Amino acid sequence: MAAIATLDRAAKKGVSAVQQYALISGRALGNLFRRPFYGADIITQADIIGVGSIPIVLLTGFFTGGVLALQSASTLAQFGAAAVTGQLVSFSMIKELGPVLTSLMVSGRNASGMASELGSMMVTEQIDAMRALGTDPLKKLVMPRITATIIMLFFLTIISDAIGILGGAAISVFLLGQDSSQYFHTAYQSLRYADLVQGMVKPLFFGFIIATIGCYYGMTTRGGTQGVGRSTTQAVVVSSVLIIASDFVISRFMIGIFGR
Amino acid sequence: MSQAAIAPELKPNSPDEPVVVFENVTIGFENKPVLNNISFTVKPGETRILLGPAGVGKSVLLKMADGLMRPDSGRIFVFGEEISAMPEEQLFALRSRIGIVFQEGALFDSLSVRNNVGYRLMEEHRPEEEIDQRVVEALRFVELEQTVDRFPSQLSGGMRRRVAIARAIITKPDLILYDSPTGGLDPITSTTIIELVMKQRDVYHTSSLLVTHRLQDAFVLASHIFNRKTNKMEPLPEGQSDPQTSFLVLNNGKLVFDGSTHDLVHSDDPFLKEYLS
Ligand SMILES: Nc1ncnc2c1ncn2[C@@H]1O[C@H](COP(=O)(O)OP(=O)(O)OP(=O)(O)O)[C@@H](O)[C@H]1O
Ligand SMILES: [Mg+2]
Repeated sequence: MAAIATLDRAAKKGVSAVQQYALISGRALGNLFRRPFYGADIITQADIIGVGSIPIVLLTGFFTGGVLALQSASTLAQFGAAAVTGQLVSFSMIKELGPVLTSLMVSGRNASGMASELGSMMVTEQIDAMRALGTDPLKKLVMPRITATIIMLFFLTIISDAIGILGGAAISVFLLGQDSSQYFHTAYQSLRYADLVQGMVKPLFFGFIIATIGCYYGMTTRGGTQGVGRSTTQAVVVSSVLIIASDFVISRFMIGIFGR
Repeated sequence: MSQAAIAPELKPNSPDEPVVVFENVTIGFENKPVLNNISFTVKPGETRILLGPAGVGKSVLLKMADGLMRPDSGRIFVFGEEISAMPEEQLFALRSRIGIVFQEGALFDSLSVRNNVGYRLMEEHRPEEEIDQRVVEALRFVELEQTVDRFPSQLSGGMRRRVAIARAIITKPDLILYDSPTGGLDPITSTTIIELVMKQRDVYHTSSLLVTHRLQDAFVLASHIFNRKTNKMEPLPEGQSDPQTSFLVLNNGKLVFDGSTHDLVHSDDPFLKEYLS
């Protein structure tokens, strides 16, 4: 009996959490086109999220491309197909690793940042103060973060793809002694429109996940500094898992549409 | 949500219409009752002092009066509008007439004192010169003009509380809610703050609801009057108290006292006697 009651309570809590998450993200997005428009806040967030993430995106992109080249070249060589290393690197970077790794990096950096910043504002009553002063925190704090993350993640992913392909090239040419024009030729020639669409659509979803999860955990923080720590960890864990799970779903869907 | 952008009609109150009305308000958290069936009113120009032991729900009551929390049952009216039934979007407009000082100040720590105090004006996109001028004016009221460019983390606790008061009064609200404005401060700073509250009461005749833990502050408020000429407070003659100032006492989720200073000090209720001693 007690077990059922506990289960019941857990289920209710789960449902109400999802409900609240939908409410926060829905209301924040609904506010996008309603005045007042917080343009300056979007720019500030874009700077923090986008410009601030460039170094880690460059580093992870470069080394991911590099290790892809390294690993695939040795496997491909067994089939006498080392010449298509470029194709493999560009495929993997653009369709999967660019979007996913960039999102995971940005999630670690910014979902946590949003959860802790909004969480501290929550526990020190700054969010209540903002409401009391006539500003909707969903407009002023949440909407700019969602907008900025989606836009910035899109461009960060493109940067990561490009740097990854360059990293792969550097390894193939300087370490494995392959021909550079052959590398870029295969990397470019085999790409189809569908691959690019797949790679460009993903960051839009992932950006939405990062910002809404970060803000949701921030805005629902309870219980002092300890609560802020808990929200921060949960925001990173949940957004990372959701990114990887939704990556699967989006890939499946896209392959269904485009056939590749 | 479609009509959300429409501001509620801010009708001018008739002089006798209460500014705040609580009608059988009940609220609890996670099945734990906090306030039970609370009813009281605040009339224009009145200062109501809310007393009660720690954790009884004073801050919760104040937040409900600003629409920051909603009662589980019962109704709350502010300026004649039922705020307990209003969507959040409409509350923003109503809140422009209410100033609130939070228990811990709740200053925005990423903004300078100037931007904290002038926050409301900035959100209304007022001209910079007007903001500067009104911020200095509000800070002068709390005697902190020199802190304009500092950040909240660079201020002492008492200064932060005074900045929070400046932020609450800058738009000359018709109702001010003070949550323990003197909590955790030394007696001298507390007196300065109580004097500010009194100045607001006696110079601008603003209605207010004030929570305090310090009984002596409550009695200073009830037994003194602000003299505009000397810019200082003065005691009323022995045995007299300010007729605009009266008390509310909460205990165990219930409103156990609602009345004048005289009735409070002469009450026979065993809880009140012990609480006041
Ligand atoms: N957001 C909330 N969620 C859950 N419980 C809450 C919340 N806010 C307040 N409470 C509970 O409501 C009760 C009353 O809290 P409140 O802060 O109003 O007390 P208070 O009278 O202001 O106390 P103090 O004098 O110490 O400031 C407390 O038991 C508190 O735990
Ligand atoms: Mg309190």
